[in-house]
Amino acid sequence: MKHTIAVLVENKPGVLARVSGLFARRGFNIHSLAVGTTESPNVSRMTIVVDLPERPLEHVTKQVYKLINVLKVIELEPELSVERELMLIKVRAVAEVRARIIELTEIFRGKVIDVGTDSMTIEITGAPEKIQAFEDLVAVYGIIELVKSGRVALSRGSKSIKDRQLRVAG
Amino acid sequence: MSEVTGAKALFLALEAVGVEHIFGIPGGAILPAYDPLIDSTVKHILCRHEQGAAHAADGYAQASGKVGVCMATSGPGATNLITGLASSFMDSIPVVAITGQVPRPAMGYDAFQESDITGNAGPVTKHTFLVMEPDDIAQTVAEAFHIASTGRPGPVLIDIPKDVLQARFTYKPAGPVDLPGYQPTTKPNQRQIVEAAKLIAESERPILYAGGGIIKAGASAELVQLAEMTGIPVVTTLMARGVIPDGHDLCLGMPGMHGNYTAVTALQRSDLLIGIGPRFDDRVTGKLSHFAPDAKIIHADIDPAEISKNRKADVPIVGDAKAVLVELIKVIESRRGKDSQPDYSAWRDTVNGWKKAYPYKYTQTEDGPLKPQYVVERIAALTDGNAIYCSGVGQHQMWGSQFIPFRRPRTWINSGGSGAMGFGVPAAMGAKVAMPDDEVWCIDGDGCFQMTCQELATMAVEKIPIKIAILNNAYLGMVRQWQELFYDERYSEVEFGWDIPDYVKLAEAYGCIGLRVESMQDVDTAIEKARGVNDRPVVIDFRCDKGEMCYPMVAAGSSNDDIILGPEYEKEPVAHELGDHLYSQEEDMVID
Ligand SMILES: Cc1ncc(C[n+]2csc(CCOP(=O)(O)OP(=O)(O)O)c2C)c(N)n1
Ligand SMILES: [Mg+2]
Repeated sequence: MKHTIAVLVENKPGVLARVSGLFARRGFNIHSLAVGTTESPNVSRMTIVVDLPERPLEHVTKQVYKLINVLKVIELEPELSVERELMLIKVRAVAEVRARIIELTEIFRGKVIDVGTDSMTIEITGAPEKIQAFEDLVAVYGIIELVKSGRVALSRGSKSIKDRQLRVAG
Repeated sequence: MSEVTGAKALFLALEAVGVEHIFGIPGGAILPAYDPLIDSTVKHILCRHEQGAAHAADGYAQASGKVGVCMATSGPGATNLITGLASSFMDSIPVVAITGQVPRPAMGYDAFQESDITGNAGPVTKHTFLVMEPDDIAQTVAEAFHIASTGRPGPVLIDIPKDVLQARFTYKPAGPVDLPGYQPTTKPNQRQIVEAAKLIAESERPILYAGGGIIKAGASAELVQLAEMTGIPVVTTLMARGVIPDGHDLCLGMPGMHGNYTAVTALQRSDLLIGIGPRFDDRVTGKLSHFAPDAKIIHADIDPAEISKNRKADVPIVGDAKAVLVELIKVIESRRGKDSQPDYSAWRDTVNGWKKAYPYKYTQTEDGPLKPQYVVERIAALTDGNAIYCSGVGQHQMWGSQFIPFRRPRTWINSGGSGAMGFGVPAAMGAKVAMPDDEVWCIDGDGCFQMTCQELATMAVEKIPIKIAILNNAYLGMVRQWQELFYDERYSEVEFGWDIPDYVKLAEAYGCIGLRVESMQDVDTAIEKARGVNDRPVVIDFRCDKGEMCYPMVAAGSSNDDIILGPEYEKEPVAHELGDHLYSQEEDMVID
């Protein structure tokens, strides 16, 4: 089962390695990991999608929370949060199919950001399922390469991660 | 204050946190630190191997409760510490390791003796620091000692590039430690304590499952108090031996793979395990799905990640073991009269019946081979269980834990979770440095001894008079035992022989005293002789039965119900008093 967790960390060298290393050695499968700065200059935020076939998520959150540089760990339940991913995708686009690809891009509210002689690069943002749907649709034209940012997520409503209590033992 | 070097700042900071001893070996990158050492109040013990230094720091910490400190140079010096740090990590022992690093401009260029030690040590430490500015040294030292010694204790590594140690700057002592990401919960939740008290009142066959957390919290007295006021029997894990005296009526001794029948079976038959600071380690639970099938679980630990990790807790309690015990005692006291007064006397009778019927057993004959268990029993008897006992890893370790009747905490020092062979000799050295007035014995194996015996030189020079009893069975005995039982007696690469090395000559070559004992008649004399030596280590080569097996045994992956008592009990087979249980058919992982 896949879970999305948000991890607030001190913005110090080596923190990403500590977090990802912990996932690796404890056998927690990272599906995606996105990290960036936040509203506070010395705090970074990671959004990690973890695939846990048999273990409770708590095994992960408790271990991650033990890292000294980790300030907070919470689960972002899908119903209570908004999730987005960004994809850049380079599609084979000879003259005859360009119009069709642009049309698809518009339907998905994407943007064409680069055009080559027989290719187009498109930017798509959205929930992971939407991105997947677009990818599947343009696959018939030939995907040259693509990159995804990994999922980022925030909880719905006016509260911040800092207002939420970490679940402890139970 | 005037300008100092980073190295000087390091020692000022170490002195400020109260460091008295460091175990270490110098080298290029850490060299600047060895100069201010000369003028420092900190005493350095020059070890012969960094692994020895790390284990010594561990033994020092286990014996005294203080933070053990070791120091090494970059690259191989630092990586040699890893085995020791890993052992301290598994056993939650407070240790601080200080390593030199190549100068900042050289980092990342595969410079001579460069290794990414914060990266290497990360997975086997509680935290690592890389100090990139001399200004940060004092604060980092304060933080490292705080992290190592609070919450769930553990090893912390501080890596300092050589040019940071050399830099001159104005020293500022550390300010208060403020680590926003590190706030261990020590005070237990009162609601959970009440829940625990209720479960205890409702139970009929409770067991106090005492783990190493009690030693770390200094909560032995509270544990004994709780046991006595409730009449609940106690099992003490390998890391908790001595938290209640083995001679105490309510003490059942060690559970686990080589634990005694009573402790193992009491856990199995219990309807309530009150775990205070244990890990529900696979060595204790055996096949997890078959472990204590009727028991509800109260699990108290300062590390929330331990709770419900292996076995789901019905009442989880996050907190310091001492605080938990104190609160539990209070609540049980206050509920007296409210709850029905539980009477566990029938349960105690059952347990005491097992205790009588199934003690550890071996047979020492007058003219037969010397039994290792006999040697341990004699050491325990002649020292009256009052020494500090260290061990390596293997059969001798299990015999040590089985046959020494411990009287107090911090007197049984071993590498429990990691099982690092070679731990014993250097750990005993560390223990003796920490507790110079205590008699320190290392119950060692011939295999383990050979991994770290170079520290004999350290102890001969520094006049650290420990006693080492090698239970020389000429084999990597524990491995031989597994091959005998599980590989059809096909022995593969386990025989060392009694004679090479000549342990007596080896001891003498190192400036120590060497003795050899080959029969039971000479055991006491040798022990007494060793006890009389106070200026250097004594090594006794006890040539023991080569084929002796360690029993009881719960084979890896087996249920604790299938405990094997061994040949001593074959004459009088055990009437298994275990009920029939419907276990899940699901396969557990087997950890060999
Ligand atoms: C560093 C290390 N290497 C290998 C092992 C595997 N191992 C566990 S016990 C043991 C045998 C130990 O032999 P010895 O010290 O003679 O003790 P004995 O079992 O004979 O009492 C071995 C090889 C280990 N625990 N640690
Ligand atoms: Mg041996």
